Amino acid sequence: MQFFFEVLIGGLLSGVMYSLVALGFVLIFKASGVFNFAQGAMVYFAALSLVGVMGMGAPLWLAFILAFVIMTLLGIATEKFVLRKMVNQAPIALFMATIGLAFFIEGLAPLIWGNEVRALDIGLVDEPIGWILDQHNMVISSFDLTAAGLALGLVALLALFFQYTRVGRALRAVADDHQAALSIGIPLQHIWALVWAVAGFVALVAGMLWGSRNGVQFALTFTALKALPVLILGGFTSVPGAIVGGLIIGASEKLAEIYIPPVMAGWFGGNFGGIEGWFPYVMALLFLLVRPEGLFGEKHIDRV
Amino acid sequence: MFKKAKQLAIATSVAAACFAAAIPAAQAAGEQFFLMPSYRVGPYGANGQSFYGGFIDYLSYVNMKGGIDGVQNTWEECETEYNTAKGVECYERLKSKAKAYPGPIHSMSTGISYALVDKTAADQLPLAMMGYGLTSAVDGSVFPWAFPLVTTYQMQASAIIKFLKDKNGGSLAGKKIVYLYHDSAYGKEPILALQAEGRLNKFDLVEIPVAHPGNEQGAQWQRIRQEKPDYVIMWGWGVMNMTAIKTAQKMGFPRDRMIGSWWAGSEEDVIPAGDAAKGYMSATWNVSGKGVPLIADIEKTVYGAGKGNMKDTTKLGTILYNRGVSAAVLSVEAIRTAQAKYGKGKPMNAEQVRWGLENLNITEARLKELGATGLLPAVKTSCSNHEGSGMVKLQQWDGSKWTPLTDWIEGNKALIHPLFQADAAKYAKEKGITPRDCSKEK
Amino acid sequence: MIYRETGQFKTSYAADQQIFPIRQDRIGIGLLLAVAFLVVPLTAGNYWFNAILIPFLIFALAALGLNILTGYAGQLSLGSAAFMAVGAYAAYNFQVRVDGMPVLLSFILAGLTAAGVGILFGLPSLRIKGFYLAVATLAAQFFIVWCLTKFPYLSNNSSSGVISVPNVEILGFTFDTPQSRYLLVLTIVSVLALLAKNMVRSTTGRAWMAVRDMDVAAEVIGIRLMRTKLLAFAVSSFYCGIAGALYAFCYLGSVEPDGFSLDLSFKILFMIIVGGVGSVLGSFLGAAFILLLPIFLDISLPALAELLHLPFDSATVSHIQLMVFGALIMFFLIVEPHGLARLWQIGKEKLRLWPFPH
Repeated sequence: MQFFFEVLIGGLLSGVMYSLVALGFVLIFKASGVFNFAQGAMVYFAALSLVGVMGMGAPLWLAFILAFVIMTLLGIATEKFVLRKMVNQAPIALFMATIGLAFFIEGLAPLIWGNEVRALDIGLVDEPIGWILDQHNMVISSFDLTAAGLALGLVALLALFFQYTRVGRALRAVADDHQAALSIGIPLQHIWALVWAVAGFVALVAGMLWGSRNGVQFALTFTALKALPVLILGGFTSVPGAIVGGLIIGASEKLAEIYIPPVMAGWFGGNFGGIEGWFPYVMALLFLLVRPEGLFGEKHIDRV
Repeated sequence: MFKKAKQLAIATSVAAACFAAAIPAAQAAGEQFFLMPSYRVGPYGANGQSFYGGFIDYLSYVNMKGGIDGVQNTWEECETEYNTAKGVECYERLKSKAKAYPGPIHSMSTGISYALVDKTAADQLPLAMMGYGLTSAVDGSVFPWAFPLVTTYQMQASAIIKFLKDKNGGSLAGKKIVYLYHDSAYGKEPILALQAEGRLNKFDLVEIPVAHPGNEQGAQWQRIRQEKPDYVIMWGWGVMNMTAIKTAQKMGFPRDRMIGSWWAGSEEDVIPAGDAAKGYMSATWNVSGKGVPLIADIEKTVYGAGKGNMKDTTKLGTILYNRGVSAAVLSVEAIRTAQAKYGKGKPMNAEQVRWGLENLNITEARLKELGATGLLPAVKTSCSNHEGSGMVKLQQWDGSKWTPLTDWIEGNKALIHPLFQADAAKYAKEKGITPRDCSKEK
Repeated sequence: MIYRETGQFKTSYAADQQIFPIRQDRIGIGLLLAVAFLVVPLTAGNYWFNAILIPFLIFALAALGLNILTGYAGQLSLGSAAFMAVGAYAAYNFQVRVDGMPVLLSFILAGLTAAGVGILFGLPSLRIKGFYLAVATLAAQFFIVWCLTKFPYLSNNSSSGVISVPNVEILGFTFDTPQSRYLLVLTIVSVLALLAKNMVRSTTGRAWMAVRDMDVAAEVIGIRLMRTKLLAFAVSSFYCGIAGALYAFCYLGSVEPDGFSLDLSFKILFMIIVGGVGSVLGSFLGAAFILLLPIFLDISLPALAELLHLPFDSATVSHIQLMVFGALIMFFLIVEPHGLARLWQIGKEKLRLWPFPH
């Protein structure tokens, strides 16, 4: 039972890391209806910029700010050169354009910063917390706890930003109805550039945490794959959904990886580990059959 | 709208014209041509960068020293992104250039080399798979054109077990070993060998796969924590390696009881893991560092003349760079061996290079002449043994560099090689190949 | 002037309903096929067969499959590569396990197997739409590849999970030269493309389009949603399955489950979007574009860098290639969101008026 809880807690904490990436998707989808496949590439670019600037001797806080500036520029450029020119096109075309963008960034990032695998030290040690290990024989990583704290802080910050600032309100208005927002004088294009910058900020935080966990390298783009089931589960348009979805996916995939393969081996014989690749997707799929808009998604009413 | 269409049409046709014109022409006569399906972008770009950098630097080095008895090396790279279909396209594109006087082809990708085994055999071009690829090609009677030179995953696994056995006073009975592997052809190859070793040495083997890409291993390591193994042998690649090391730290598993394969033992794998990697061990078939005279000489000669391939010169002397050099050394030596038989100072054709690869005999004395003492083990190939060595070293990461722990260790050949032969025989049957009679080969 | 249908009168329903109602189109297609079947095999070199033409045809077939599902029936899918994998492994198993199984029959059976799997994974489409469905098809992508890795039976107990296919032999003739393999692939692809072209203008095809445009409305006019959607999944997977079998048997010769990765699915999706969603021709144009562009960049950029004396090393060139590829995709989508097929249509319109543009 204790082992069960250890796996569960470990899973929940990993889930927060998925939520972080999923959050970036949600922000952009909510504000502009674009399913931004380049989010993974943005995580990579952000982390690489952070490490690159730190490599020039800047302290972490300064590097963080500079990397944020770079991500903002990227967001503005994306809006200006791609999205603005694709207004009113089908969602699939926009989706496709973000895949093109992903390729572009995946080439650009190592072109600027080089493609070596790098370490990112943000002063957090990824070791089991001593007293929990001693008293309960459970492994809880201090890094994961801090990361979870940061993620929750980020969500709170975003919530405040959306709720209480002028820009935040404008963002919500745009998310609700583009045309209505436009008609009351909200500059759509600025808002879009802004939301890409915010998504860049989220990507930076995600990149920082993932990068210090596994090293800064191309594989950071794969974090997007971990975020997609979270996104389906939580709904494409819900910030709390991304968090709750992440927790559910993280916990269930870890528990599944531990407990399902032995059962399958019992049925078929052989080794059935490594189900983490598909399990979250199948789970999200089953979940969707019950609730097609995801956990917190908006319900659409079709009219003929 | 029409104008747009016109612009696009013109752009497309210009592009098409350029494309047609750019299809490669024949190469100059009298040079040995290396077809290089390399990769420098994508998830494994950093690894490819060092390996092919080292490979090309050695070829330049040989050229600057007067070539292979006067024969210059040329090469052409083609970006594969570690993708099989792109690798095949690269091979097809460049093979007409390589037709006359080819060097061995190195793709450094299990997927690509699998796809090339049949194609190179049909086109009669020599294919090298040094430390990756189709391991049953050790049996040269079925695979005359494919060479898993130096050593194979199975022999490596066996050598690691031997190392552990020696460490534990000659017996592993009752011990528990976890095999943590990348869930692909690469990770699955050694399982049979490890199981055979497990039966022989009476240790418990627990196999735990990691789904690609392996950037999240919480569950796997929790399982390892529960199993409480004595050792973890890890077959990882790319991001899976540092994730494993970091997760081991997170779970409190001591790194000095983790042993990686040679694709899990380069600087690229441990530096990002920082202090977590201290004490971590891995197998390797080449040593790192600039202590090897050859590597130092390459730096002096090639980089001194500004002809080096690596932009980042701090990578010189890393494991993968040195591995690239080692691969190039063996390739060039094969051509030299062929020249000794078929005529010095002449470029060698495919069949001659193949003969050279099959009759390699790089002794310690020869390695010393090359300035490569200790860089790689001595290699002696034959028709029935395309592997040629089967030896690896164990090395340990001390936080800043890899230090060799052992001398060359040979795996249990008597146990492992029959596995290759059985596999090769099955392959021959499926493909309708009649194996050569190796006793008749000269 | 040349391309003008004035004076071509249809005097029967059959004439009005043929696949290519315009005479010039018929001649064009006839010429194209003649060139593909007669001229190309005699003139093209091995490189063209092995590295360009064969993969082009195979990918065009897979793109056609996806286009039926996404372009005609409106169900976005990111799992095409997995269905190709089903086809490849099924064909292999039929070949290896059943003695004397004709290759073509095993291809068809492989297609049917893929269709069955496709129906299974198509079931969620009855409830889920749009991007939710797209991400849900990723479940198929990852699950199928995992299954192929995990059940040794499927790869004939190969220790590495890689399958190496036997030679293709039909009626005693062995397809071992690039030309013969090309002709085999071309024949299969031509037949299937013609079938697809016919299917999308039949009742089935019109039902698909109705569902795509608005499924509630389609249901109201009496189209059975479940049947129509699942049929689209089945037909699409059938095409992808055959493409997968050809990919293994006529192109690579040996495949591993990991080869059918998400990247491949994306590549096929690119093809239909760049080529034209909802167009048979677009599948071919898109496949050519996505396949040739990287090769073209790979060949031309290093040459260009050398020409301009730019101090680029190989890594830089590779990175720039990736950027140019991404930028070109965005550029195409901005300039022509309806794909290359639309450009072709515009060209035809223009030809119809030429040389008097008004």
